[in-house]
Amino acid sequence: MSTRGEVRLWIVQRATAAVLALCVVVHLATIIYAVRGGLTAAEILSRTRGSVAWGAFYAVFVIAAAVHGSIGLRTICMEWLGLAKPWAGRLMAVAAIAMLLTGLRAVCAVVVP
Amino acid sequence: MEVNPLEVSVWRGGADGRFETFEVPRRASQTVLDVVTYIQRHLDPTLAYRFACRVGMCGSCAMTVNGTPRWTCRTHVDKVAKGGRVTIGPLANMPVVRDLVADMREFFDKWARARGQFKPTATRENAFARVKPDSPERREADAGIECIGCGVCYAACDVVAWKPEYLGPAALNRAWTLVNDARDGGQSARLQAVAGDAGCHSCHTLMSCTKHCPKGLSPTRAIAGLKRATAGVDFEDAP
Repeated sequence: MSTRGEVRLWIVQRATAAVLALCVVVHLATIIYAVRGGLTAAEILSRTRGSVAWGAFYAVFVIAAAVHGSIGLRTICMEWLGLAKPWAGRLMAVAAIAMLLTGLRAVCAVVVP
Repeated sequence: MEVNPLEVSVWRGGADGRFETFEVPRRASQTVLDVVTYIQRHLDPTLAYRFACRVGMCGSCAMTVNGTPRWTCRTHVDKVAKGGRVTIGPLANMPVVRDLVADMREFFDKWARARGQFKPTATRENAFARVKPDSPERREADAGIECIGCGVCYAACDVVAWKPEYLGPAALNRAWTLVNDARDGGQSARLQAVAGDAGCHSCHTLMSCTKHCPKGLSPTRAIAGLKRATAGVDFEDAP
């Protein structure tokens, strides 16, 4: 990838990191709040089912994690496994799609009534 | 408690060399460079090492002391000798010439590759450039210009170790001081040179450079600055 591409990937990873920082804080705060009354699937689903806000929040969370994580995996593949750039890039795309599909499927499972 | 004499293991030979042990008498306020000098003058005159100023200005005496890169002229034996033993080797991440002498060519070539040369925009006919001492750019440059080019940060950097083409903290720190130099006219080529794979974007912010810099500089901060500076640049797609 060109210098321009590398710099863009870095900016995107930085931007998604900022989104993730916020998402993780909200997510952790929700966990701490939610487990106070005991943790059950029914209790979680009662909060998330049909909620457009939680659906949107976790969709953003999943997208940011997929983008951020896959860029990082690309770097790890190149630096630790010695993978050539084009292959690391393809692997990055596969990882991003896999994380998006599994993540968004999970969001649908808890949000769609 | 002081152990006398000091047991000193010194690297001998090239990359395939080995450590050789010497006994060196302890002295008050003795530096690691004093120890190496004692060995060369009294025990083995064939020992190769490099030094010049002995007062922390020239940046030529850096070595690996007990596994840590240090400027040896300003490192007291008291500080590093554990149980009366010291191990001294050449700087890491550079080829060994012989004994304690590392080949710094690649290290300095990278300064050039990072466009560490000042590109003037004025001539002697022009008036002096006025740079406010308290302007943010001048302060950023000030924070980095005391580098003595000793190579300690480069030897401490893990990214250099696994990515030989990486420009390294010292070269990027130099580039950042020039990016903040209002008189310099080489910014576009410089930002192009320090971006991407071999440049600032390879830094993982491990901060070994900042931890080990004997001058207390923060190349990590300089590299973060370069990342910000390159973020807004529309790079040409040169190979």
